[in-house]
Amino acid sequence: MTAVSPALRILPEILLTLTGVLVMVTEPLLSAKTSRKPLGIFALLGTLAAIAASAWQLHLPAGTAFFNTIQTDAFSVFFHLLIGGILLVTLLVSLNYFEGHSTYVGEFYALLLFSAVGMMLMTSAIELLMVFLGLEISSISTYILAGYRKRSAVSAEASIKYFLLGSFATAFFLYGVALCFGATGSTNIHSIATGVASGSSPLLLALALGMMLIGLGFKVSAAPFHVWTPDVYEGAPAPVVGFMSTAPKAAAFAVLLRITYTGFGTMSHIWIPLLWIMAVASMTIGNLGALTQRNVKRMLAYSSIAHAGYLLVAFTAFSADGLAAACFYTAAYAAMNVGAFAIISYLSGYDERRVHLQDYAGLAKRHPLASAAMAIFLLSLIGIPFTAGFFGKFYVFTTAMHSGLWILVTIGLLNSGLAAFYYLRFLSQLYMQPYDAAQDISEAPAQPAFVLGIAILVAAVLVLGIIPNRVLRLAQAGAATYFPCSGTNAAEVHTQPNLLR
Amino acid sequence: MTTNMHLWLLPLLPLAGFLWNGTLGRRLPKTLVTSVALLFSGAAFAQVLWIAAQFRSLALPHVESFATPWIAIHGFQVDFSFLLDPLTLIMLLVVTGVGFLIHLYSVGYMAHEEGYWRFFAYLNLFLFFMLTLVLAENFLLLFVGWEGVGLASYLLIGFYYNKDSAADAGKKAFIVNRIGDFGFLLAIFLLVAHFGTLSFTSIFGAIAAHPAMQGGVLTTIALLLVLGATGKSAQIPLYIWLPDAMEGPTPVSALIHAATMVTAGIYMVARTHVLFDRSPLALGVVAIIGAATAIFAATIGIVQTDIKRVLAYSTVSQLGYMFLACGVAAYSSAIFHLVTHAFFKALLFLAAGSVIHALGGEQDLRAMGGLRKKIPVTFWTMTAAVFAICGFFPFAGFFSKDAILFAVFNASVLHSLYLGKLLWGIGLVTAGLTSFYMFRLWYLTFFGSARYNEEHAEHGGHGVHESSWTMLLPLIVLGVLSLVGGWMGWPEALGGHDSFAHFLDPVFGASAAAAPVVMSSASAGMERMLAGLSMLIALLGWLLADILYHRNPKLPERMAQKCSALHALLLHKYWIDELYGAIIVRPLLAISRVVLWRGVDAGIVDGSGVALASGASGFSSIVRRMQSGNIRSYAGWLAMGAALVLIFVFYLAHCI
Amino acid sequence: MIPISWYLVLSAALFSIGVGAFLIKRNIISIFMSIELMLNAVNLAFVAFAHHWHQVSGQIFVFFVMVVAAAEAAVGLAIIIAVFRSRETLNVDQINLMKL
Repeated sequence: MTAVSPALRILPEILLTLTGVLVMVTEPLLSAKTSRKPLGIFALLGTLAAIAASAWQLHLPAGTAFFNTIQTDAFSVFFHLLIGGILLVTLLVSLNYFEGHSTYVGEFYALLLFSAVGMMLMTSAIELLMVFLGLEISSISTYILAGYRKRSAVSAEASIKYFLLGSFATAFFLYGVALCFGATGSTNIHSIATGVASGSSPLLLALALGMMLIGLGFKVSAAPFHVWTPDVYEGAPAPVVGFMSTAPKAAAFAVLLRITYTGFGTMSHIWIPLLWIMAVASMTIGNLGALTQRNVKRMLAYSSIAHAGYLLVAFTAFSADGLAAACFYTAAYAAMNVGAFAIISYLSGYDERRVHLQDYAGLAKRHPLASAAMAIFLLSLIGIPFTAGFFGKFYVFTTAMHSGLWILVTIGLLNSGLAAFYYLRFLSQLYMQPYDAAQDISEAPAQPAFVLGIAILVAAVLVLGIIPNRVLRLAQAGAATYFPCSGTNAAEVHTQPNLLR
Repeated sequence: MTTNMHLWLLPLLPLAGFLWNGTLGRRLPKTLVTSVALLFSGAAFAQVLWIAAQFRSLALPHVESFATPWIAIHGFQVDFSFLLDPLTLIMLLVVTGVGFLIHLYSVGYMAHEEGYWRFFAYLNLFLFFMLTLVLAENFLLLFVGWEGVGLASYLLIGFYYNKDSAADAGKKAFIVNRIGDFGFLLAIFLLVAHFGTLSFTSIFGAIAAHPAMQGGVLTTIALLLVLGATGKSAQIPLYIWLPDAMEGPTPVSALIHAATMVTAGIYMVARTHVLFDRSPLALGVVAIIGAATAIFAATIGIVQTDIKRVLAYSTVSQLGYMFLACGVAAYSSAIFHLVTHAFFKALLFLAAGSVIHALGGEQDLRAMGGLRKKIPVTFWTMTAAVFAICGFFPFAGFFSKDAILFAVFNASVLHSLYLGKLLWGIGLVTAGLTSFYMFRLWYLTFFGSARYNEEHAEHGGHGVHESSWTMLLPLIVLGVLSLVGGWMGWPEALGGHDSFAHFLDPVFGASAAAAPVVMSSASAGMERMLAGLSMLIALLGWLLADILYHRNPKLPERMAQKCSALHALLLHKYWIDELYGAIIVRPLLAISRVVLWRGVDAGIVDGSGVALASGASGFSSIVRRMQSGNIRSYAGWLAMGAALVLIFVFYLAHCI
Repeated sequence: MIPISWYLVLSAALFSIGVGAFLIKRNIISIFMSIELMLNAVNLAFVAFAHHWHQVSGQIFVFFVMVVAAAEAAVGLAIIIAVFRSRETLNVDQINLMKL
């Protein structure tokens, strides 16, 4: 079918792995006192190369490689670019984070790179074995990253909680894969689709689907599998939280898309109601939980649960547009959330000096630019027009409406109205409270790399909000190359504009 | 071939001012900040005048698109395009004209404030979004402006952020408006689902092409739009934010919370009148909400003692009039009142600002009095505004209020004839109340003995003084407009041409229901009679105020004591805020705590935690023991969730 | 010949025991072992199904699961050591600095 060398299909992953290995190998060769910044910069270069390679993959004919385990198409490229972008800005904003606080920071960069490799594999995998490997590569790296503030008890606790509960959820996912294998005799998504369409052993398949949704629901922190999120986000270092609240979610959502839309497209009568309930529960629990939360990181953790809910709304639409909307929203959410956590990491520093809302009172006076950037991210999280968050939500809810899910849309809109309350509280802390000079904490001046990272994120939030069409088209291309699947019939039924269903 | 009006430039001018002042203003001298802000808002006004001059030669409706498509989603696309028609032109003139005057006024008023640059940056930002809102050719762009003005309003209300009340008021305004936005957004999604487009011209064209399309979905959409409009235009049930919004600087109250932003709801209803014309139910709801708000707010206004709060309730009440007019499909009357109201209410606020300025920050009516001689220009301009709002011939308010009341009296779109007469009666009573509380304010401020504290007013170093010319000039211009601004709508019954309504005919004339009033000699006589009646009522209100607050200043207090229950009810604004707090805010916070599995958290949200203490703590202490950041209990939740999912899946697979 | 359902019942039982042990054990190491038990239940199911379908891919999957489990164990033990250093306990009920 194709003359493309298999290696080219995983070129971004190869580049990132090589960079990571080199960083890892160089690390012990440097003396303990040398700055690890060059390693970070090297990791940055590797990431740039990987992003370029992903963009180049867009010109490859869509196809599979490595015995039908990997498929590169516009869809996978979209997520590769997204994950690469998140990795890039995370590296930029954390370049100075550990300076003077921790040794062996090279490992940090390497782990970030490996984690991204795992996620990228997840997005292009069409074989559940490969999904599992990608999932574990990324998870194991993030378990360590969560505990990277080694001397902090909170950080270690976050790490162990994430690790134990994550492995617990992975076991469920694996059991689902095993049942799926049992029902269809294959772990390839396309073969599974054929097996599912044939209608044999529906009960086993349903259980398999349920098990896999449990595992993935954990990864995207959808309710009721969200319990770990606030604790882990609170304890993990802020730049890591920015990364792990977006990139693994994007990857897990990509897998969820492949499994539900392609693999189990003909069983949509089972997963649509299930995702519907999970969406409602996530939005509601996330927003209500954030409402009275005083710890900034926990507040954003609950908000990320709510955003997972909005994303699930797009899934439930089950149409090409729903898929594109989910892709677009993932990108929009990544830009604003990484940004918010990056600003927090800058303002509170390595030793987390600013934890509670009141610690941010009047900071706009002292840090006008950082506060302005934070304001843009928060406004985007609220969903104010001309920001990424607005179009993301608009697009998601439009597609849901197209599929006639008006109850879900109503609940979602009510929720996003409610959400304004706590974001606004943060915003008014920054801008509308007097600054307490007594609590003055001297921050290191922002480094150029950090400023560049924030500038990229602000630009992304604004571009996605003002001229979203370019990214939209990419997302739609991703959806189009891959949506016409076994579930087409069901999709057509669902895309009828039917108002009163 | 239509000429290019460069509409894109119009919102960009104030945006440029915002970006300049917002990023550099802090370090620049005041004069530069001022001149940039004035230059860009003035340039926008100049462009609108230029457009107006060429307006006759345009082919209507004039649409200019800049990004086609702006957003393209499968099966539907939205363009970035602006629309220019008579309605837009009138709104543009009001927004930029009044906006420029208020910019000018602010130069003097805000001169001594900290954060001068910030104020002007926000003001320009507001103009940017307001112009986007007015120019929008589709619902999405309208919504963008809609949210944007809400944001600017939030920033400006909370301008004095050292005051907790100001920050809270800003937040309240934003949150309450979110409820309205929820309706608006839902309406937008319904429109997308039903029409596959958001462009005004396409949707209205589609509706016009199907004469049988009536009620049903259109009613749902229209009612949701009404919910949005009640939020932005401060109508029942979402009016509660506007009085609190008076925490912002006075020029802001004049521009945003009187003249422009709060009228966005009326503009929206008028703009989408095609939808409303097909839904008598929605129109009836609009009319009833309008009438109810008008009288409700007017009664509260009677007892308020803060000069700006009186004006705020008066604004709510006048917006009710406009809603009422929309509800009887008299859209041109609504827009007419919108324009005259923009003149006299902006003037009232600016004059009130001048009074406050003269007294060194005093806002309490009880601590004023006898200012007539000390600040004559303010006095005379404010007098013009008071006469205008009370509807005395030939001031501006007379013509617009008369047009509304006449349209309501003759309403043909309402289900029952009596409803029209009832609403008219309410409107008439409200006119009397309006006259009463406005003259109360007038007397308490300018007549009687001086009750203010000279020492306090002396604070500025020059005692009670008239304001500078930059503040007085806008007052005078608006004063003149309050007098002559209504003449453009001089009704035919009184020998005029009703040219304002005819100017809007291309917009509203297209719909059948929009012509409720067919002119005949009999109805002309009727109109004259009704006009005389409403004048009479207004005179009555004046007389009452004269007796109570001028001749017999002790009487009101005695009356308040006698009817203490009624007085307290009005003074506490019918306890609506408390009611909302009890039935909406507290339960939400309680649920939030349940989600968090935690007990009382006093101090975080204004004291409502204390009220919750008794109920929630018993429950949460049980929960706390089993749920305390423990990995095993988290795993328990996961396992429970997993079990639920599996049971659910099993059930679905089995039953279907 | 033993029917496949027997293997599946055993596997399901093992998995449930793993879940149950995760919920009731207090020592982190024991909890960690119960995760291994769950993974082994998965492996058993894979092998049984592989036999049923006469497909070798199921057995290959098992190898990958074992490899990954080993990697996970390495990282997991390291994290456990880090926790022990900072808290000097392995009782999960005492690792609750952060609460909902």
